[in-house]
Amino acid sequence: MTTVFGIPVAVILGQLTLGLVNGSFYAMLSLGLAVIFGLMRVVNFAHGAFYTLGAFAALLGLQWLGINYWASLVLAPVAVGLVGIVVERLLLRRVYGLDPLYGLLLTFGLALICEGSLHQVFGASGQSYPVPPALAGAVNLGFMFLPLYRAWVIAISLVVCFSTWFVIERTRLGATLRAATENAPLLQAFGVNVPLLVAATYGGGVALAALAGVLASPIVLVNAHMGSSLVIVVFAVVVIGGMGSIFGSIVSGLVLGVVEGFTKVIYPEASNVVVFLIMALVLVLRPTGLFGRE
Amino acid sequence: MKLRMLTLAALAGLVAAAGGQALAADEVVIGDIDDMSGVYADVEGAAGVEAIRMAIADFGGTVLGRKITLLTADHQNKPDIGAAKFREWADQNGLNLLLGGSNSGVNIAMSKVASAKKVPFFVIGAAGASLTNEDCTAYTVHYVYDTTSLANGTATAMVAAGGKTWFYLTADYAFGTQLQNAASKVVEAHGGKNLGAVRVPLGAADFSSFLLQAQASGAQVLGLSNAGTDFSNSLKAANEFGITKTMKPAALLAFDTDINSLGLQTAQGLTLTTGFYWDLTPETRAFGKRFFAKINRMPTMDQAGVYSATLTYLKAVKAAGTTDADKVMAELKKTRINDMFAKDGYIRADGVMVHEMYVMQVKTPQESKYPWDFYKVVKRMPGEEAFGPITGLCPLAPAPK
Repeated sequence: MTTVFGIPVAVILGQLTLGLVNGSFYAMLSLGLAVIFGLMRVVNFAHGAFYTLGAFAALLGLQWLGINYWASLVLAPVAVGLVGIVVERLLLRRVYGLDPLYGLLLTFGLALICEGSLHQVFGASGQSYPVPPALAGAVNLGFMFLPLYRAWVIAISLVVCFSTWFVIERTRLGATLRAATENAPLLQAFGVNVPLLVAATYGGGVALAALAGVLASPIVLVNAHMGSSLVIVVFAVVVIGGMGSIFGSIVSGLVLGVVEGFTKVIYPEASNVVVFLIMALVLVLRPTGLFGRE
Repeated sequence: MKLRMLTLAALAGLVAAAGGQALAADEVVIGDIDDMSGVYADVEGAAGVEAIRMAIADFGGTVLGRKITLLTADHQNKPDIGAAKFREWADQNGLNLLLGGSNSGVNIAMSKVASAKKVPFFVIGAAGASLTNEDCTAYTVHYVYDTTSLANGTATAMVAAGGKTWFYLTADYAFGTQLQNAASKVVEAHGGKNLGAVRVPLGAADFSSFLLQAQASGAQVLGLSNAGTDFSNSLKAANEFGITKTMKPAALLAFDTDINSLGLQTAQGLTLTTGFYWDLTPETRAFGKRFFAKINRMPTMDQAGVYSATLTYLKAVKAAGTTDADKVMAELKKTRINDMFAKDGYIRADGVMVHEMYVMQVKTPQESKYPWDFYKVVKRMPGEEAFGPITGLCPLAPAPK
């Protein structure tokens, strides 16, 4: 068997693929965070909770209303995005202009309340969400056996991430959004409804988290705590990519997924800290992150 | 100055009040410290508290003419919190019995308090066998199961069924490694071979990388040396990646709540060991149904165990005619335990409650006829076989010559 640094090539390719799957989740979640931070300067600690809510929306939609996976893929992010807009209008807008710590504490509190309530109602052990029949099989890639569903996750997240990047960086709507962060009063003077724009941005970022939650639900057990462990890693991803950098969050999400995958082979015990080690290194060498501008 | 005197007086009053509580001889105080909000909260948790309440009510609510009070706390899987709460109750509330829920790390810390404060301490949900070996105390009773009995059950059955080579997926903390070591010894003793293990950080988001490593080992058996959500998520991924087609999964610790979460489609064929199953005898079924009526779930072995443990303690207090810790422990160690949980169970010098354990196989969706119809009995293991001989590692219990 061909080996590189003593690791068989088949294993390397396998871990690369799995790393991309996990990286897709990191990318999608860190993207939402980066959008929210970049345009609103809010550190959204409730992101993990919205991811969990997305998964629960899919699960309960299926169990109570018979909504299938494909419909949930659209409906759950919309529903959770609306919840996000309500949160923004009722609570979050009151902390704009204050120290970012207030937004962080507020969203962290919301996350705890959300997690605690879901735990109270649904317990800790979680529930299974079936893989949609159309994606149930697996393909033999020669070096590994890849479930179709995981391949689908990579595909959809790449599409979603790059379209989001395109909208924000390359369209008129995106230009307006960016203008709102540069000089909101001026933009308002041009007749743009800035508060609406901000609420929609938050809703959009939250919807991305919920979409990641729906995508994750057939892979892991849907439970109240599924988002809390993930969100910490995702914050590290955002810091590495550069706070607020859309492109940086996508690329570093994917790359860190792969790095983590290799750590799982080389030294598995460190797989949950490797991202933080990289974060520390990046902060020392390049405090603005790999793609940060300020 | 006057203000300071007042404050002092108020403080003195408070201390007196707290002291008065400690001296209250009109109550028997039972405490339960468990994971109420984390990954193990469904294994025992709030439903376990309900089971203790059922036991107290079934006993009549009083013993020796004294009211039975229950205190509960969440240790949040932190050993320092568990130990501090135990110490507080022992010092200020006149605690008579502590029931220790899930998490071996927390229970090891609490056993030190049991020994220092001389309070009977029944370990319910923690598996680490060190609790009755290196970490044993005169007041510890390991009631439901331990890593030794789990390994003796599942590993022996799997090796006998032809699973000679093993690879482990191990939770990277005390419990996971103790469980893996126990299983490895059993596998070797029965002529099997251990091909390796991968240590997975607790609460990993994705298990597929680790599973592919397990598959690459070429082992016949995938030893899942983890629990709770980690166990469920690793088994789910093993199915998804087709690993269960080439390797047989062995659950070294699984509860019926886990099977309920996973569904029989995913869990079918799995071998596991349990100390209790609701659908074994008319007695277990009656308890299961009573419990179900309150909680809307069938009891896990921990929830059934904590009910039985509470009754066992109260019966011993009644028989001894006192709550004196040493006298109650002496009474406990000379009586046989007979209820819906154990038949002819007994507490050994090292603290192990020796009772029958069951090796189970998870039914297929076709075999399952009604909700919670999950297991078929592969083997009933007599207590002596399940828990093995006294090792001699506990200074209170020399190994048999």
